[in-house]
Amino acid sequence: MGADLVVRFAGEGGQGQVTAAEGLAQAATRVGYHVQTFATYPSQIEGGPVWAQTRVSTKEILTQGDQLDVLVALNRQAYETHIGDLRDGGILIYNSRDFDTAPLGKVIGLDAEALARETGNPRAANVIMIGAVAQLALMPQQYFVDWIKERFTRGRPSDQEIIDGNVKALQVGIDAATASGYSVDPLDTPPTPEGKRILVQGNAFLSMGAIHAGLDVFYGYPISPATTILVFMEGNLNGPGKFVGQASSEIEAIAAIVGGGYSGRKSMTSTAGPGLSLMGEGIGLAWMAEIPCVIVDVQRGGPATGLPTKTEQSDLLMALNPGHGDMRIPVIAPGSVAECFPAAIHAMNWAERYQGPVILLTEMSIAERNEDVPRPDLDMPIEARVVSDGSMGNRRYAGAGITPFPVPGNPGAYVANGSEHDEQGDTTHQPLVHVEQTERRFSKLKLLEDGAYESDNSAASVVMMPWGGSKGPGRAAYNRLRADGIDIGWNYTMFISPLPAALLEELRTKDLVIVPELNYLGQFSSVLRSLGVKAQSITQYTGLPFKEGYLVEQVLEAIKARSGKLVGA
Amino acid sequence: MSKRNPEYDFKWCPGCGDFGVVRSIELALADRVMRLKEPIEKTAIIAGIGCSGNLVHLQEGPQPYGFHGIHGRALAIAWGTKAARPDLNVLIVCGDGDFLSIGAEHIGPQAKRNVNITAVVMDNGIYGLTKGQASPTTNLGVVTATTPYGKLEDALRPLDLYMALGVSFVASGLSTRPRDLATLITQAMEHPGFSIVHVQSPCTTYNDTYEALKGNPEKGIEALAHPVPDDHNPADAEAARQLIAMPGMPVGLIYKKADSIAMNERLEEARERIKVRTRSVDDMLTALEV
Ligand SMILES: Cc1ncc(C[n+]2csc(CCOP(=O)(O)OP(=O)(O)O)c2C)c(N)n1
Ligand code: SF4
Ligand SMILES: [Mg+2]
Repeated sequence: MGADLVVRFAGEGGQGQVTAAEGLAQAATRVGYHVQTFATYPSQIEGGPVWAQTRVSTKEILTQGDQLDVLVALNRQAYETHIGDLRDGGILIYNSRDFDTAPLGKVIGLDAEALARETGNPRAANVIMIGAVAQLALMPQQYFVDWIKERFTRGRPSDQEIIDGNVKALQVGIDAATASGYSVDPLDTPPTPEGKRILVQGNAFLSMGAIHAGLDVFYGYPISPATTILVFMEGNLNGPGKFVGQASSEIEAIAAIVGGGYSGRKSMTSTAGPGLSLMGEGIGLAWMAEIPCVIVDVQRGGPATGLPTKTEQSDLLMALNPGHGDMRIPVIAPGSVAECFPAAIHAMNWAERYQGPVILLTEMSIAERNEDVPRPDLDMPIEARVVSDGSMGNRRYAGAGITPFPVPGNPGAYVANGSEHDEQGDTTHQPLVHVEQTERRFSKLKLLEDGAYESDNSAASVVMMPWGGSKGPGRAAYNRLRADGIDIGWNYTMFISPLPAALLEELRTKDLVIVPELNYLGQFSSVLRSLGVKAQSITQYTGLPFKEGYLVEQVLEAIKARSGKLVGA
Repeated sequence: MSKRNPEYDFKWCPGCGDFGVVRSIELALADRVMRLKEPIEKTAIIAGIGCSGNLVHLQEGPQPYGFHGIHGRALAIAWGTKAARPDLNVLIVCGDGDFLSIGAEHIGPQAKRNVNITAVVMDNGIYGLTKGQASPTTNLGVVTATTPYGKLEDALRPLDLYMALGVSFVASGLSTRPRDLATLITQAMEHPGFSIVHVQSPCTTYNDTYEALKGNPEKGIEALAHPVPDDHNPADAEAARQLIAMPGMPVGLIYKKADSIAMNERLEEARERIKVRTRSVDDMLTALEV
């Protein structure tokens, strides 16, 4: 019996790989397993290499899985690209219509398209593949039938016919797998779940967090992999006082959320790297004029258009200083789908608390994957803006720290100003005022230094501290290293800047802080070094997430290179 | 310097047209407060960057809310404010460079949304604050800091642009006639939809057009500015287009779409019609339970 099953569906865009991976995930969660999906595809609508993967486990899942138990290859190219990831003894299911392979190991050839046509539904080839996988893993058929019913019930007269065809296709796959006589190590019975769980995608979960935190207005411009947030908001942020607008550019979107924040409302936009580049000046305006607002940056790969549909953690330095001049924008980066909901609430709270812009920095791999997570706590504190009762007149920018926010419509009219200004918001270039106001703006960051963080084996002098989406693979590698007797510690926080003060203090005592991150420059470690932490990165810039095995190797090497010997062990 | 804040260190040059514009806005707002019994704090004026944008610091008397933002983005900021707070009266004040060059990309979308905002554009045919470079409305052949051979680009015709983009209220005013200008601004604020009051507001330092606008019979200079004829029907878009195609600069109400519906009203109507159901986050989560 096993704890884990990793299945990859690979082929050409339009062959239903993503649907297959999601269907498998949904059915598996119904059985009671933990799941995580991952998909990667080119930036085009039809065709191109696409693969999607589902990991099913009896335990909490930290990575997408390094090695495959089952590879479903829908064409020759997919077979050639991915066969190296199939573990010894793993099963290959391939499309025998497209190509043939030498029968090595456990191989099942299926002409899925011909079989699908026989069921009366030529589009059901992927469902045949799911049926075969379900049978190989001995997962109960009923859950897959339920998934088919849910997915294809669309309130159209043809629904029943399509459902029947797909159920037939499922059976064809089951029969083919049964006939092959192969099976993977069947999964252990899943543990009884503690509390309610949901199956959700990162961007949707993040959006719900923001709505729960009291979001009023949202303006955004479509861009992968952030578009699903805009679409979610268009569909779900409604009711009295709520507004969602598709902006004509990211420049307009950032200006609009600044205008929304200025009006007294909680406001947000979402974008990816190229849009964040365009927003620089507007974010600076929010910092300077002290306007609460949240900017979601779903990182993708590379500068310019880069890798629109791949994952990377290369916007960190830009998120901290997205525009010109002296500023440091607060940044929160969720490390998993589960963290997207609380991270959005924290980001909204921070914006209100320090009265300025906050960047919620997520990434493609989290944004688009489905994961089962505990149903979140809706009792997390939601912070409201401290608003002016008019008694301080127009002195919005007086003194150090935050001042009560004058909401238009109420007494206390002032001029919000992106030029340097005196306490009532009138422009001035006097050196002393610039000094005073600059210090005022930076001093407010102190209000944000109380974030929570993780710390494990804190006696160790060498620690791993990944950030964002590298948390999962980092933790998996850490667990393995610890199990192997390596004396290494663990730190993690979603509060990237400002770091929790207590965490920073802890990190400064370490001999080495190893930071796995998906960029060339080693961005987070350079930030940590600037804060007096002896940090060093493990980098990767393939457009894909880390694998656990690679991190284990790299951490061991980093330790060895430093001390000439392994720590502990 | 203003009475309100004598230490304020920005000043308009003597004779700058912007003095007349701020006066007209003060008049229009005072009138609004009196007539509608609406507190002045219900008005927010969002300014671009330029000599013109400093208007928000230079108003005398009761103060509305202000926002001195970044170059070219006043309209985009104002969209955010108005969509979030339809109860506010939202104005923007911009220069010709601010509104028609760097910020021009925002006019079209705002016209199509017909957001209920009033733009007061202070056109001096020059970049004033940056000391005299050519702007989109600088005339062909004019020598400026950046056009040593005389401007080689044709001047943009803002009123044509607004009509072509479908702006639902277009007026043209003069800074030298603050009372008339105030009347146009009042009409614009009360128009349900996006309104532009395009003002000739000369720059005495870098592009003094007072004489050209007013004319000088002694020098044989014909006045560029001429009042919109009494028989012009501003509800007639075709008539408006003909009016602005004529030589010179018509002054008055050019166009006012009769059945203009502002964006926020459209939204309310659609929500009503579609019976949009608001789901709580709790409900959204329940739908995702496994
Ligand atoms: C992004 C950006 N680019 C350039 C500038 C410099 N700048 C400030 S005002 C201005 C032009 C001002 O001309 P206009 O908008 O016509 O206003 P005026 O001063 O004539 O009233 C420019 C180019 C800036 N502030 N921001
Ligand atoms: S430079 Fe021109 S526009 Fe600017 S204040 Fe002086 S006269 Fe007015
Ligand atoms: Mg100008």
